[in-house]
Order: sequence, then C-alpha cells, then structure tokens
Amino acid sequence: MNGVHDMGGMQGMGPVEIEKDEPVFHREWEARVYALNFAARAWRKWNIDTGRHEIEQLPAADYLRMSYYEKWFARLVSLLVKTGMVTREEIESGNPAPGSPKLTPALTVEQVPAAALNRVIPSSHDPAIEPRFHVGQRVRARNINPTGHTRLPRYARGKTGYVDRDHGVHIFPDTSAHGLGEKRQHVYSVKFAARELWGDQASARDSVYIDLWDDHLERV
Amino acid sequence: MTLRVKALESLLVEKGLVDPAALDALVDTYENKVGPRNGAQVVARAWVDPAYKQRLLTNAPEAIAELGYLGTQGDHMVVVENTRSVHNFVVCTLCSCYPWPVLGLPPVWYKSAPYRSRSVIDPRGVLREFGLELPEDVEVRVWDSTAELRYLVLPERPAGTEELTEQELAALVTRDSMIGVAKVKSP
Repeated sequence: MNGVHDMGGMQGMGPVEIEKDEPVFHREWEARVYALNFAARAWRKWNIDTGRHEIEQLPAADYLRMSYYEKWFARLVSLLVKTGMVTREEIESGNPAPGSPKLTPALTVEQVPAAALNRVIPSSHDPAIEPRFHVGQRVRARNINPTGHTRLPRYARGKTGYVDRDHGVHIFPDTSAHGLGEKRQHVYSVKFAARELWGDQASARDSVYIDLWDDHLERV
Repeated sequence: MTLRVKALESLLVEKGLVDPAALDALVDTYENKVGPRNGAQVVARAWVDPAYKQRLLTNAPEAIAELGYLGTQGDHMVVVENTRSVHNFVVCTLCSCYPWPVLGLPPVWYKSAPYRSRSVIDPRGVLREFGLELPEDVEVRVWDSTAELRYLVLPERPAGTEELTEQELAALVTRDSMIGVAKVKSP
C-alpha cells in the first residue's frame, strides 16, 4: 500500500535527532511491549509480514505521531483481537471472559534463550526454485501499486538498476502477509544509481541497493 | 501507557498466553546480553585476521556464528566493507530492520521518519548530521533493508592502531560505525 510508512525519498520530516548514550528502552512499559510482542508471536497466529502490515495500516496521522513502541502496542492489541486470542471485551475489562480456559504459554522462560539466540533455519537455499534474473543483469522494478503489503518501496518503482547479488530463496511478504502463501522465490540486491532515482541533484558516484524479489522485477 | 501495558500483560498472563518470567528473560536478553559489543568483536576479529575477514565478507552468517552471535533477525547477515573510496551505510525505509544479534535493538533515530526518509535521497546530508563529511570522490552506497537480509558495516581500521590487541580494537568500535553513520576514530 502507498502508506506513509513507505517514506524513502520524502522530505520535510526534520533533522535526525540523535540521543547520546541512549538506553535500550526509555521506559519500563516499552520493554514490556517489546517482550509481549515477542512472546505472543510464539503462538504462530501471525507471521513477521502480517505483523509489519498491521503497523502499516495505522491511520497515517497516528503512524507519524505515535512512538515506536506505541505502534507495537497498537499492533499487538489489534492482532490479538483479529486472531481471536483475546476479545475486545476482555481488553476493555482487563479480565478473562468467565469460564475461559487457562492455557500454557507458547514461550516459557526455559525456551527464551533458544528463541532469541539460536539460529533459525535459513530459508535461503532451495535448488528447486530457479532464479529469474542473474547477477549483472539490468532489471526494472515493476510499477505496481497494491493496496496490501509490499516490500517494493515507491521510490524504486519504474526505475532501472542492476542485479548486484542473488540472496537465494525467501518467502514473498507480499502474499505471506495476507495468508496467500509463502510463494518462495529469489531475492536480489539491486543496485540503483542515485541519479536514476533522484535525477541530477544526486551525486553521480552514489547508489542505493534495495533487496527485491523476482515478482518485483521485470526484464529491460 | 504504563497502565494500559500493565493491564494487557496481566490479562495475557491470566489467560495463560504469556509467561511473565519469559517476558523478564526477554527484556534481560536485549538489555544486557545482546548489543553492539557483539558486532565490535566481529569487526576487531576481521581487522586482525585476514582469513576471517574474507569469510565474513563472503559468508557472513557462518563467520558471525563462529563467534557465537546467533539469533532472530540475524539469520541472513551481509557484511559490507568501508574503504578509503567506498562508504556504505544502512537504513530500513519501510520499517526498522536491524541486525539484532550483532547490534542489539536499534536506537530511536534509526527508526525515525527523518532518517528513514532522507537516507536514500540525501545520504551525504544525513551523514553530515552525524558529523561525517565525506569527500566528493568517495562513493556512497546506501543499503535499504527491504527483505530479511541484515546488513553490518565493516568500518575502516583507523590509523595508529597497529600495536593494539584485538580486545583493545573492539573497544574502539562504535555502534554508529557499524551502521555506517560514523567512522571509527583513532585512539
């Protein structure tokens, strides 16, 4: 979707505000929101792409106004209700509905080190899925404007670049976010000259590398 | 927010959806166990061990795993090297993608609209806001983390560090230098 989250190339957002010796979390509630999101996802009722898309669907003015962990809190509440893990009434009352069963958490304290610090099996090797493009090939990012989730940023659409690296096979977020399947395919770093993206105001030496999937690209 | 988050946590605990001890352990992990000191060890090893550096640049996930830094948001690592003529830096214009096992959780500015919006259209201007003025003859490469690849910048080893040990070198390496918005300064 052409949402405000897709902000590459926008101007007018002000200077970058850098905080010296910044803590990992500024408030205790931020830490809890982070951990709650992590622990709730262990139920596998949604995936990383669904989670990202949920934040993108916040009203644009709210998206810009809210802090990062305020957005994570809103996303968590929304997904818990959408997936039926919690009802709106329970959120409002703060208590479980009468007679609802007590479950066993999907992520227990014993499982935390493995969940956070172990290798997840990479999905990037699948010889059965052929790449549609090769390193060095000239490609164009398709001009698509889906109303759902996509990882093809607006500023690259219709622009021409070169395949710099093939990163192997990955899940396709544009379908995965919507329960339409993993549609595994190759992901490439595509190198776009800064001038191709922004015109003559950009330096002729500079470039932007964007990770794009087969379905985002077309032959030139 | 404090009260709303507390209310949600107690509801989820009562329903048996989350384990409060697991939440404590997750917070402790990301506040104390994972952070840019991990990435600094990777960089220092690459500076002192050319064979390691080669492995890091060609197969970053395996090379980083050799030092034990594994975990979520780090399965598909890519390391890009800064030199006298090429300067890399990393952004996620669409959300906040960041290599947690080697850098920890991202700072607020990395997730902010000013950084995400302008890094791709005005990279030299953004770097200037971090106090880094790059000569015109340096090539700037911006890496927009739009997929599950996670980028770590291997900064240039500063001059005057030939005599330092690996641990002394690691102490010089900053988070910002591994995102690519700063250089590592000579001691």
